[in-house]
Amino acid sequence: MKAALAQIFPRLADVPANLALHERSVNQAVAGGAELVVFPELSLTGYGLMESVPDVAIQLDSPTMRDLRQLSRAAAIVVGFVEEAPGARFYNSAAFVDRGEIVHVHRKVHLPTHGLFDEGRHFAAGDRIRAFDTRFGRAGMLICRDFWHLGPAYVLAAQQIDLLLVSSASPGRGATGGDGRFQSTASVDLLGDVYSRSFGVHVLHANRVGCEEGVTFTGASEAFGPAGNRLARARDLDEDLVFVDVDPDARRTARIHMPFQRDERPHLILRELQRALAERTQPGY
Amino acid sequence: MPSPSAPNLDTELAEAVLVRFLRDELHRTGLRHLVLGLSGGIDSAVAAMLAVRAVGAEHLHAVAIPSAQSSPESLADARAVADAGGFAVETIAIGDAAAGLLPHLAAPGGADVTPLRRGNVMARLRMIVLYDVSARVAGLVVGMSNKTELLLGYGTLHGDMASALNPLGDLYKGQVRALARRLGVPQQVIEKPPTADLWAGQTDEGEMGFTYDEADAILHRLVDLRRAPADVVADGFPEPLVRRIETMIVRNQFKRRLPLIAKLSTRTIGHEFRYPRDWRT
Repeated sequence: MKAALAQIFPRLADVPANLALHERSVNQAVAGGAELVVFPELSLTGYGLMESVPDVAIQLDSPTMRDLRQLSRAAAIVVGFVEEAPGARFYNSAAFVDRGEIVHVHRKVHLPTHGLFDEGRHFAAGDRIRAFDTRFGRAGMLICRDFWHLGPAYVLAAQQIDLLLVSSASPGRGATGGDGRFQSTASVDLLGDVYSRSFGVHVLHANRVGCEEGVTFTGASEAFGPAGNRLARARDLDEDLVFVDVDPDARRTARIHMPFQRDERPHLILRELQRALAERTQPGY
Repeated sequence: MPSPSAPNLDTELAEAVLVRFLRDELHRTGLRHLVLGLSGGIDSAVAAMLAVRAVGAEHLHAVAIPSAQSSPESLADARAVADAGGFAVETIAIGDAAAGLLPHLAAPGGADVTPLRRGNVMARLRMIVLYDVSARVAGLVVGMSNKTELLLGYGTLHGDMASALNPLGDLYKGQVRALARRLGVPQQVIEKPPTADLWAGQTDEGEMGFTYDEADAILHRLVDLRRAPADVVADGFPEPLVRRIETMIVRNQFKRRLPLIAKLSTRTIGHEFRYPRDWRT
């Protein structure tokens, strides 16, 4: 299976313009042979929305989602959007859409609200980390900060995923390194390497580019094979579309070689977690 | 005192990011031109070198804006920067405007306008010129207040601090110097003592009473590393200097924020009405 990472520069709070951008990217990816196109976090809206979150939100049965479902007849897509759920709750969501159907929606679980981030002010936090089946294998989606915390990827791995699909809008922080890249980019690299290696999965990570409110998103979208081997990397800072061959046999080989997934002991981990959390409530902890 | 210096800067990355910042943030507004004042100093030289890389010489409108007090070397240095960058520089003098206005500003029968007030008037006249040029060419004004100046409040509100886009606001003075070397700013501009050029022989460091290197080193520890003033003193920096710089940061916070709006409604600009500047662009 060939996948594409669509490293785009969305317009801020302009859904029609971004929908057109998605159509162009998918067409280009399909022309290159891609069957799956992964877009960045909030690819349909841009990132720094502030009070315009409700204005750009869409419901799963909305005309925009109908257009995306139509687009998914050309290739499966992972798209980032603001989801409006009943009760005026707004989620930073990613949808896996394929063959005209919404296969799965992930609502961002970890909303960074510190420093330059203010997501907890504008979004409701997701409360599920669920794997789902696709025609390319079992998959899980994470959105940006979900990927930095170790828990969500572990929970997906425990559901025996093959593909870890990550959508990001990662702002560059720290320019003192000397290797021509932001320090935050190096951290993201490291996580993709570790997760693919430790869980024996393919990691497909689309990050956005462009400047918003003076903040520069770093690009360098990348794909890792199941032994921690980098399969593709997009350009730093500029728009790009990169292709990656996702070979199921490579996962089999990697898991024979290093059977981390087989040898995981999730029950033991769960038991110890429960004990540790119970002890936290005891006096003097 | 430990050897004072600005934190490291990856100048290759800084150039790549700042050029894209100027281009992206300009083009998303639908405009194609950048406007900036060229003083002959290092900050405006670096801003201009970034701007010419971002939009090309044909879309950059550099303006030298001398007053009667400006030294001829400053204008010559501005020209040298423009030559090195391969772009044109227009000259619009504010001497007449200042001469016309300043007598009206002196208190009736009172003392002359102080050098500080005079300097602020010049900075605001330059702002008037730049914003008029920006209207003439349909462009955005590029600012060049660096992080050291912004934190210390060493700038004129609505004067040199007025701009649409500031590529240098997160760079300490020493980092601006490092970037200047990468961008091919003429050597004499990099090496000459920084000056607001308000009177002969004036230098920033002479006026402030400490060096930019000292300020950079202390600000970096206080701001970026979140070190307490006492810890910075323990590092070996003189306590009076650390205290003074900390006070300057706090007292000049108003220059880094929009004016306060008195809240009455349930949806007040700045409190509940909060949208990105880049809204729908």
